[in-house]
Amino acid sequence: MPKILMKGAEAIGEAAIRAGCLSYFGYPITPQSEVGEYMSRRLPEVGGVFVQAESEVAASQMIYGAAGAGVRVMTTTSSPGYSLMAEAMSYIAASELPAVVVNIVRGGPGLGGILPSQGDYFQAVKGGGHGDYRCLVLAPATVQEFVECVMKAFPLAEKYLNPVLLIGDGMLAQMMEPVDFDAVKTAPQLDVEGWATTGCKDRPRNVVECLWLDPQLCEDFNFELIEKYKRMTAEDCYFEEYLLDDEPEMVVVAYGTTSRIVRTAIEELRKDGYKLGMLRPITLFPFPFERLRALSDAPYMKAVSVVEMSQGQMLEDVRWAIRDQYPVGFFCRMGGIVPSPEEVIDFLKKEFVTRGLKGAKS
Amino acid sequence: MKTIFDRPESMTKIESHYCPGCTHGVAHRMVAEIVDEMGIRGKTVGIAPVGCSVLIYKYMDTDMQSAAHGRAPAVATGVKRVRPDLCVYTYQGDGDLASIGMGEIVHAANRGEKITVVFINNAVYGMTGGQMAPTSMPGQKTTTSPKGRDIELCGSPIRMAELLSTLKTPSYVVRASLHSPAHIVSSKKALRQAFKYQLAGTCFSFVELLSICPTNWGFTPVQSNKWLKDTMLPYYPLGVFKTPEDK
Repeated sequence: MPKILMKGAEAIGEAAIRAGCLSYFGYPITPQSEVGEYMSRRLPEVGGVFVQAESEVAASQMIYGAAGAGVRVMTTTSSPGYSLMAEAMSYIAASELPAVVVNIVRGGPGLGGILPSQGDYFQAVKGGGHGDYRCLVLAPATVQEFVECVMKAFPLAEKYLNPVLLIGDGMLAQMMEPVDFDAVKTAPQLDVEGWATTGCKDRPRNVVECLWLDPQLCEDFNFELIEKYKRMTAEDCYFEEYLLDDEPEMVVVAYGTTSRIVRTAIEELRKDGYKLGMLRPITLFPFPFERLRALSDAPYMKAVSVVEMSQGQMLEDVRWAIRDQYPVGFFCRMGGIVPSPEEVIDFLKKEFVTRGLKGAKS
Repeated sequence: MKTIFDRPESMTKIESHYCPGCTHGVAHRMVAEIVDEMGIRGKTVGIAPVGCSVLIYKYMDTDMQSAAHGRAPAVATGVKRVRPDLCVYTYQGDGDLASIGMGEIVHAANRGEKITVVFINNAVYGMTGGQMAPTSMPGQKTTTSPKGRDIELCGSPIRMAELLSTLKTPSYVVRASLHSPAHIVSSKKALRQAFKYQLAGTCFSFVELLSICPTNWGFTPVQSNKWLKDTMLPYYPLGVFKTPEDK
């Protein structure tokens, strides 16, 4: 199929359908309501289920029910709505169900705004709901990559029996970009016979629950989760390296929308002779700690910078990755303001001076 | 030798944790008997609540999902919509359904989800230790209304069957009681009809069962049945509040 021009939000919906997700439960919230609108139109055409829930609380519990019944299911929302889904995310993780959730992050805290932000990093990556759990978190940077991540999200959710969370922002959801749906194929759904509530005819009953009144059993389960997350880290940690193979002096860490601006900034700075590249995490959990640590340990590497649309949430993971060997440069815009390439270039130039790097003089 | 009384096939051989005199066991058994009688054990999924009956998923020998507090009707919606051939019911207490889960129950009913809701109204929070419920009676002493429920501060008890029957969407809404053998027989009849409507794909069905909680009421089971009859029945009238045939 040739590439077609498609709005991010609609591409997310179409990608899910092409991944075999024929059920969607959601609640409208800007800037991603178009996903629900698209699904309400498309799912009946393919024999699927669309329900506009009464709240994000209910929508997320509906996907818990549908995931428990063993079908591919998705919901999408934006920051304040994702807070309301925190309860269900914890239950889905604890009941070990595969479900896909998209959070189109907007400026916050509180009702905040509707424009692009990365202020939900902690909530996405460190848990978000109550208890010790993690979502596998994907952070695409283009509409095409969003499509590919949605298609990969379902098999990943099934592989780990764990919720997969995709985070983007209003830029990605509202922008139109060329999309090729055939660029990636989704693996078929794994067998659900052993755990899904499909009716216990001809088999022992299946129970989806997450209550351990015996603390030893609850702790045992938590240890199992640790093993699961280790496996994610070993097998499904994804990132992109941009211009990191010619021994640059600085690595910039950025993800999602911000990484696009950083890419432009690096292109410009390279023209002036600055030697720097970018590490772009595609999975925010598991975070590419090992790779970043190796890069920062390399003899040629002298500085690490972070650009993000938050007060410095990913920054904490970066600092931990490099064990605070040297100060990490940090630049942010917040509340719905996307940094301009010019201000990122200025920031990075200053970092070259502050850290005593060769920069353009080399 | 002919067996005339046995454990329903749809119940596991696990001893329940319920207090002496509690009516949860009676309600559980009725649901299991109906599942057996209708021959739908292989296609039934029960949704467990949070509250005393949180462990119902251990007692029912069918597929089960547990739900977060109050969310059972949303979870049931998820299951039923993607697998419409299943028989899906929720089993919820009054704190779960009429307080924290008020939004979910009203909207599931209003959407006309083809599920059955078994609502246990014993006018108190059981598992957490006897706090005031939205259905606690005026003047009823609980651990959070030590001087008795003050309706000036807490409002009057919510009549869920009446409330849901005001919705325009066709449904089957009944209130029955478990305080005497005769009432238990009528309760089972109502439950059977509720499951029938679901299996026929007719409508949302809701059965409120007035129940007793001797432990948290501080009465013996016999006194509890009398208190239900004298105090709750006048406020919570029994009967069919709505049928799918109603205009």
